[in-house]
Amino acid sequence: MRFNPGGVLAIYRYELSRTVRTIWQSVATPVITTALYFVVFGGAIGSRIPEVGGVSYGAFIVPGLIMLSLLTQSISNASIGIYFPKFSGTIFEILSAPLSPIEAVTAYVAAAATKSVVIGLIILLTSTLFVEVRIDHPVWMVAFLVLTSVAFSLFGFIIGVWAKNFEQLAIIPSLVVTPLTFLGGSFYSIDMLPPFWRTVSLFNPVVYLVSGFRWSFFGQGDVGVATSLGFTFAFIVACLAALTWIFQTGWRLKP
Amino acid sequence: MPPIIDCVAVTKRYANGQLALDSVDLSIERGEIFALLGPNGAGKTTLIGAICGTVSMTSGTVSVAGTDVVRDFRAARARIGLVPQEIALDIFASVRTTVAFSRGLFGRPADPAYIERLLRDLSLWEKRDARIVELSGGMKRRVMIAKALAHEPDVLFLDEPTAGVDVNLRRDMWALVRRLRSEGATVILTTHYIDEAEEMADRVGVIDKGRVLLVEDKAALMRKLGKRRLTLVLHDPLSALPESLAGWPIALDEGGRRLVYAFDASADDTGVPTLLRRLAEAGVAFADLETTASSLEDIFVDLVGAGS
Ligand SMILES: Nc1ncnc2c1ncn2[C@@H]1O[C@H](COP(=O)(O)OP(=O)(O)O)[C@@H](O)[C@H]1O
Ligand SMILES: [Mg+2]
Repeated sequence: MRFNPGGVLAIYRYELSRTVRTIWQSVATPVITTALYFVVFGGAIGSRIPEVGGVSYGAFIVPGLIMLSLLTQSISNASIGIYFPKFSGTIFEILSAPLSPIEAVTAYVAAAATKSVVIGLIILLTSTLFVEVRIDHPVWMVAFLVLTSVAFSLFGFIIGVWAKNFEQLAIIPSLVVTPLTFLGGSFYSIDMLPPFWRTVSLFNPVVYLVSGFRWSFFGQGDVGVATSLGFTFAFIVACLAALTWIFQTGWRLKP
Repeated sequence: MPPIIDCVAVTKRYANGQLALDSVDLSIERGEIFALLGPNGAGKTTLIGAICGTVSMTSGTVSVAGTDVVRDFRAARARIGLVPQEIALDIFASVRTTVAFSRGLFGRPADPAYIERLLRDLSLWEKRDARIVELSGGMKRRVMIAKALAHEPDVLFLDEPTAGVDVNLRRDMWALVRRLRSEGATVILTTHYIDEAEEMADRVGVIDKGRVLLVEDKAALMRKLGKRRLTLVLHDPLSALPESLAGWPIALDEGGRRLVYAFDASADDTGVPTLLRRLAEAGVAFADLETTASSLEDIFVDLVGAGS
């Protein structure tokens, strides 16, 4: 046996079935949250905000909202996906199976990313109930959806491997990722910011993700689409490098 | 044919500096039931972990049927089933799902007929669609065994399989172990009960403080370890043994108030009747008596003492 695709598939299926078991939690939460955002930002506040670059404010925030969910969902799915076996001890089964670390990561990350993509699409559908959404580059839209999900599922996996307790599991998402996402242009174009903050924003990785994603909808973004794409790949490569190091040192998975 | 498991100079030092395995050499033959006997903290779980891949070795090599467990981990692990000491299950999954998952993890194609037979053998079939959280502790242990056997391994590790287990499960488990052996599988179990090793194993290895002190055929070991002690509480303290008992392995304790006789319980003639008769002849009366098996601790003291 040189590879174990059956083993990868087993984890992938098992992880998705775990999602199906908690289907209401998994799907209802993001849908309700998104609906609330639309009511508050799109309806109540948005009606007082003029169009942004020829797009109504309600439609303008759609890509940002999807990104917001994609990031939080990818990170939480993937981090819990690997943290939980560690916590409950069932990780022994993965460690003693004829499965390489790369295969295990592939399975967990693919499952988490799949779930995120599905949730992203559900949010997109939900948003069409509130505003008219136009998608100029559907293929790119899906590409960004998938790449971002993979990138942040990898990141989530690393957090799950690193975390020693539930606090650590929650701290990176709430202390780092949520602020970056809110300040990442989900609800505004960074052109709306004063020059100083605009420059600061360019150091926020989320800006690049939201921008590229928004471009796939409306043909315009805060930064060039190539930059966005390049950034996403760079992020994936960085995560892969970190994971390689983790597995080479057996760090925190095996005593 | 190489031994089914071959450990050479296996050493494990945990991150906190604890030396859990100190250059362990151990060969396990195909088709035997091997008991690894040792007190808590001896390194039994660590050794199993090093073989199965749940613990990273500091140094040394392990091979399974000649295949290195690090270099060629896929081939090595495919042969091994592991039932760890602690129950670890996804409590929200159903019995059948989690057992099928274990099989899939090893890349084996789904085989509902095999899974059904396995669940029936372990009296789990009735509970196949129950979620783990609904099962009793004993049932959960059965699920752990079913998961370990799901991919049809030919080596099974059972880490302290009877700790806190009821009589039924214990009986079923031993029946299963014997049947696996009769089908050609190798079973390695750990325990800190001598009688458990005695009941089940073909060969016994004794481990303490990360070192394998000896590996022997069970019968030979039991002769060595099967010592019992008879303690007599005497009416009147004795300053010296009666002439007729000179040269007997007898000690006087507590200022002559207790007489302790060590004997081999498995021998045809334990010497106990003779001892009692000669004491009576010598007019030594006793108020109480008890016999005790030599504890594992005594045996370790003996073994370590003999080794140094
Ligand atoms: N993860 C760990 N980190 C540090 N020390 C450990 C760890 N696991 C076990 N030990 C220590 O290693 C020694 C052997 O433990 P173990 O293999 O569990 O023994 P046994 O299974 O024979 O009871 C003990 O001293 C134990 O405290
Ligand atoms: Mg143990």
